[in-house]
Amino acid sequence: MIAGVLLAVCIVVPLLVPTYARAEPRLFGFPFFYWYQLAWVFICAALVTTAHRLVRQNEAREREELGLGSRDEANGGER
Amino acid sequence: MITAAVAPDTSVNGVALTIVIVLFLGVTVIGFMASRWRRAATMDSLDEWGLGGRGFGNWVTWFLIGGDIYTAYTFIAVPAAMFATGAVTGFFAVPYTIVLYPIIFIFMSRLWSVSHRHGYVTPADFVGGRYGSKSLSLAVAGTGILATMPYIALQLVGIQAVLEVMGIGGTGNIIQKDLPLFLAFAVLAAYTYSSGLRAPALIAFVKDILIYLVIFVAVVYLPAKVGGWDSIFSAAEAKMTATNEVTGVAQGSFIPGPGQYMPYWTLALGSAMALFMYPHSITAVLSTKNRNVIRRNASLLPAYSLLLGLLALLGFVAIAAGTMPIALDGTVNPQLAIPQLFEDFFPAWFAGIAFAAIAIGALVPAAIMSIAAANLFTRNIYRDFIRPEATPKQEAKVSKLASLVVKVGALVFVLFLDRTLALNFQLLGGIWILQTFPAIVFGLYTRWFHRWALLAGWAVGMTYGTWTAYNVLNPVTGKHFGGAVAELPIFGGRVYIALTAFVINLVIAAVLTVVLRAMKAPEGVDRTEPSDFLADAGDPRVSDLPPLTGDEAAGSTDRRTGRPRER
Repeated sequence: MIAGVLLAVCIVVPLLVPTYARAEPRLFGFPFFYWYQLAWVFICAALVTTAHRLVRQNEAREREELGLGSRDEANGGER
Repeated sequence: MITAAVAPDTSVNGVALTIVIVLFLGVTVIGFMASRWRRAATMDSLDEWGLGGRGFGNWVTWFLIGGDIYTAYTFIAVPAAMFATGAVTGFFAVPYTIVLYPIIFIFMSRLWSVSHRHGYVTPADFVGGRYGSKSLSLAVAGTGILATMPYIALQLVGIQAVLEVMGIGGTGNIIQKDLPLFLAFAVLAAYTYSSGLRAPALIAFVKDILIYLVIFVAVVYLPAKVGGWDSIFSAAEAKMTATNEVTGVAQGSFIPGPGQYMPYWTLALGSAMALFMYPHSITAVLSTKNRNVIRRNASLLPAYSLLLGLLALLGFVAIAAGTMPIALDGTVNPQLAIPQLFEDFFPAWFAGIAFAAIAIGALVPAAIMSIAAANLFTRNIYRDFIRPEATPKQEAKVSKLASLVVKVGALVFVLFLDRTLALNFQLLGGIWILQTFPAIVFGLYTRWFHRWALLAGWAVGMTYGTWTAYNVLNPVTGKHFGGAVAELPIFGGRVYIALTAFVINLVIAAVLTVVLRAMKAPEGVDRTEPSDFLADAGDPRVSDLPPLTGDEAAGSTDRRTGRPRER
């Protein structure tokens, strides 16, 4: 599932310390090590949001198979 | 009051102290007034401490879960670690809070569903129902209570730091010396004992607003005052690469070297896996109104991580500013770095607001944690093992007493453990709580593991983790429990003990499961079924969760229509 891959990227990549344990290139005075990790906050937010969308679609299908009915319309503003 | 950063300022900062007291009384009054506005039928039932209406949507949950991260951990312990020893001990909190959300995204909605189908309120409830094992449920409950104590200890250290910078406390005998600590403890105890969860839950909003205000001002104003980020990072680099006279090695790490990769990522991953095993975090998640709120939130919450990162860097700002975190007894205490930085650079009135934000920001989570741990005791130990027929009133009483005991436990941690790096308290709690991960999280997906095997794995993981952590000596002070990173057996390299213990725990659980299955050991009754893990609000068999303890009927007047939230 694509959502799973997105989440896995989000968990694995920020933990690959050797890929970012260096000072250059700097950005606004921040060494690479520091700004790169802060940048991943935004990247992961985007990835998790996408995963959320995908999972909701998938789950509606899964629930139908188990005979639980669809929840999406009842959830109203919860999207 | 702007002081020169040379000698410790031992005088009481009157303006700041007045503002702290006024704000403190103010939020307390707000809390009590608001709880009167939505008065419950009786305060003798613990329904008031329950799951706060279980109707929380995105917005409230965002604050709620953010509160689990925004504690003294964020604005005292992490910057203090950055100030003292740099990136490996401090900045790992950024990847920690990044990987946290995908992890909770994956399993928390399943926990929500099964809990709402069966009325589970605590992680121990779920484990008991899933594995039909009271001893496993007891192990999970006991671990939750134990692991919460050092986390509360961290909050006490945070309050103490603020009081000390304001000039409260002194030298001399142990009582005088630790006066700020005992004051912090007394305030926390009185606060929780009298109001339960109501006041702190409502104050949490005020707390968050205060904290955001302070953080924004701090990260915008302070770096410019000390010459911009360029000079901040060079000051930090100079300090971290300098040799420490006591240990003979570098003071800390500016950018992790090859030998520090393992500690860095294991600390981040271990902390992330541990956070949502804590009783108070699980309660917060279960109080959301449907299973997808938590996922939706997982995509919004990273905003917190960004602020956490900037706050961590305030530790470096303090280095560049030449902040001297000298305690009143003359010793250096890195925990004082951030409050001292604020006192040096902010006008007294704003320092007062900042101190109040930190103190309230530590007090609220500490109150919520101690109540969550106490509820765990009452529900999964007192009611399951000691007095199954207890009345709601008795349960309320036991819970109040238990919350006091938990706080005394926290105090013991502060008094007898090495306090120079408060972050270690949280990491120690993480070592313990992570040992409940296999039973809880793997249990959400599979019943393959045998209950006795999980129990054995847990026991070995706890023993190994505690023993190894005990043997870590602080290189400067030589005290036990001096850190949370130790040599990895067999493979070598240094890793966060929680993760090593977790892997050992898992291997033992897996091996013994195979053995026990071959022996056909009784597996216990699983009261859940596959569809339970996908259930959502509005499904025929899904209902609100029962109160944590106490009589369902008592005080449940407006369960649906938003009572104060739980934290």
